[in-house]
Amino acid sequence: MSATPTRSSSWTVRVREAGVAALPPEKLLPDGQPTYVASWIYVFGVASIASLVVIITSGSILSLKGPAWWHYTGVGHFFNSVHMWSVELFFFVMVVHLWGKYWMAAWRGGRQRVWITGAVTFVIAVPTALTGYVSQQNFDAQWISTQAKDGLNSVGVGAFFNVTDFGQMYSYHVLLLPLAVVGLVTAHLLLVRTHGVVPPFELDRRPALAPPPDGGGAASASAGAGS
Amino acid sequence: MGEVGANVMGAVFNLNHPAHTVDWNFIHMSVANVVVIGLMLVVFALAILLPFPGAERRRGDAS
Repeated sequence: MSATPTRSSSWTVRVREAGVAALPPEKLLPDGQPTYVASWIYVFGVASIASLVVIITSGSILSLKGPAWWHYTGVGHFFNSVHMWSVELFFFVMVVHLWGKYWMAAWRGGRQRVWITGAVTFVIAVPTALTGYVSQQNFDAQWISTQAKDGLNSVGVGAFFNVTDFGQMYSYHVLLLPLAVVGLVTAHLLLVRTHGVVPPFELDRRPALAPPPDGGGAASASAGAGS
Repeated sequence: MGEVGANVMGAVFNLNHPAHTVDWNFIHMSVANVVVIGLMLVVFALAILLPFPGAERRRGDAS
């Protein structure tokens, strides 16, 4: 019996090795973050994920109980409200997250795919919410769907995406679009872990803020400001 | 929601009317949406301006 282990060439080994090489455990689950992450503007990404967890949990309960339950029971009404307000919170914090990352140019340093997956998640989240609003089975849903159908028909997609068809909208809302959102968020998170959180702009390297070569930085700056 | 609860919430938010809207040129938005956008701008500004708890200590530890 040989003591030297033979190297397996199975696809599971190749996938494992590629995964560990791309995202080693210490990068996937780090025990610390860079000091520049200690800022409130970095909180809104994880706030988006937290609200998404509440959305998925409350939505799963609503799915288990079936449509209309949220109208005729108090508990159903409660979970319907939790679901709706967590969506409001999700969009609120996701937009602040988007603004923060836009103004710090978060695609820097090879992070283009991080930015793209985040932007596409936002774009996919919009029809995910729309299909939810038209699946409420109330006058609000009727109003929204009859308004939305005109816009969708005007761009020629009404035959494929019929907002007045409850069955189609409900299927999109509870399966297809949530799968896309969760898949994109997962990819976004793994890419953030791979590339690291984007650092702030290095202000000290900007020419306008660099001290002049004669060493009179403060005096020169004051004179400039007063002129 | 019971009758008492409905009355309490009704006293806070009177929803028994058409939505109030803001009209500015081609922009036509409900007041509720304008308020939410304003709140997002305020939260964004506060997130940049307010100090994060423990940030100075972390930077001190790192240097």
